[in-house]
Amino acid sequence: MLTSKKVYMDHIAGKPVDPRAIEAMLPFIREFYGNPSSIHSFGHEPRKALEEARAKIVKLINAERAESIIFTSGATESNNMTVKGVAYRNMDKGKHVIASSIEHMSVINPCKYLKTKGFDVTFLPVDKYGLVDLDSLERELKEETVLVSIQYANGEIGTVQPVREISQIVHRKNAYLHVDATAANGQVPIDVQKDGIDLLTLSSNDMYGPKGVGALYIRSGVRIEPIIHGGGQERGLRSGTENVPSIVGFGKAAEIAVNEMQSESERLIRLRDKLIKGLLESIPYAFLNGHPTNRLPDNAAVRFNFIEGESILLSLDMMGVAASSGSACTAKTLEPSHVLLATGLKHEEAHGSVLFTLGRQNTEDEVDYVVQIMPDIVKRLRAMSPLTPKELLS
Amino acid sequence: MYSEKVMEHFRNPRNMGEIQDADGVGTVGNPVCGDMMTIYIKVKDNRIEDIKFKTFGCGAAVATSSMITELAKGKTLEEALKITRKDVADALEGLPPVKMHCSNLAADALKAAIEDYYKKQKGKVESK
Repeated sequence: MLTSKKVYMDHIAGKPVDPRAIEAMLPFIREFYGNPSSIHSFGHEPRKALEEARAKIVKLINAERAESIIFTSGATESNNMTVKGVAYRNMDKGKHVIASSIEHMSVINPCKYLKTKGFDVTFLPVDKYGLVDLDSLERELKEETVLVSIQYANGEIGTVQPVREISQIVHRKNAYLHVDATAANGQVPIDVQKDGIDLLTLSSNDMYGPKGVGALYIRSGVRIEPIIHGGGQERGLRSGTENVPSIVGFGKAAEIAVNEMQSESERLIRLRDKLIKGLLESIPYAFLNGHPTNRLPDNAAVRFNFIEGESILLSLDMMGVAASSGSACTAKTLEPSHVLLATGLKHEEAHGSVLFTLGRQNTEDEVDYVVQIMPDIVKRLRAMSPLTPKELLS
Repeated sequence: MYSEKVMEHFRNPRNMGEIQDADGVGTVGNPVCGDMMTIYIKVKDNRIEDIKFKTFGCGAAVATSSMITELAKGKTLEEALKITRKDVADALEGLPPVKMHCSNLAADALKAAIEDYYKKQKGKVESK
């Protein structure tokens, strides 16, 4: 580290837990350790807290009733439960599942798993902004289609999907619409009834709650079976003693999001646009990833030609700035992000991507700092790169 | 995840740049894979008198390029050809396992540069 400055702009990777959520959790770690399923008095407080948290999730997404919310260990479990649980429960209707090609791996990989079990899976293409192609959706929907899974917004490129339009198309063919709202929850208002959503994945940490907890909204009447079997908690759909302290923190985070989302999102949009504009204007051959306007308030995804993402991240880290990248070299796999490739970027373009995700504690000064240091970082790496055109170096 | 030595070479790469009248040039890798490097050498009396590199790639790719120029400078061509990927990784106090194959291309680039030098010398002899 060459500087004592610390700027955290990697909120997609992990968010700080809101102190108010931590406060709400503490009694359920220290004092109220009882099991919410117990009949005796030690179970009363945990049970009450569990149902209060559930009511806060109901309010966040305007669910029709409390029973529609199932607490899980997080978005990955909610997505797995949806893809496998809906597919296995509805085989009498058909064995076809559709997902967009830019879903999170916790949707993509369960879909690929289903393929090995004899299901038919279609991955929908997206345009250069990452918007799902609605004509292909219409074309690919069949009588046998049981589930369509499309995220509310993509965390890596920020693009927000036209969920209501998608819902109308899906419901014309009597399939269920699952929406993964992991990246979007707490940033944009979601109304499962107005949006026409049958199943919705929520993640606690993505709205400043603790990690390791999430939820799945399941509209009343949707046929789904559990993937975790046991003592029958959560209406038999998700066995295992409820993680009460984390669920309480999640509920508090949802309550805070309901109250503060609008003003905070407006603030983030101002910072986001300043950051994007600052980078694109001061650096040649710099481009925005994702949609220019239909995008998440926190998401500034940019790419720089002729250089590679991990080198940019290391250089930013040397200046105290934490960001992330869709580059192969930072991931466990060696392929560039499937999301960036699906938007039509060439491998070498995808490799030069950097993702800044803003959060509650980021300030305008921090945005100015990043805009100020980035041109020199890019210049230094381009001077090193054999791909940089000569005229750019003089 | 990187050793301090890797980061030190990433921060202050040695011998970065091009040699305009190089005696041998070797390029390996591919921008599609995310790593590509070019090594330039100047040879005098069978020794690597000067060496420079240009690299597109991750931190490991930059550090290995920088390190190989340090290891090869002043060596005879025979000695330089004996430098392995493992020698480069060891000199950098190790590389993360995932980087051992994709980004540790510097020894290959040096070999390609020396082979290019030999080829050009042969061409000169034949044309005489």
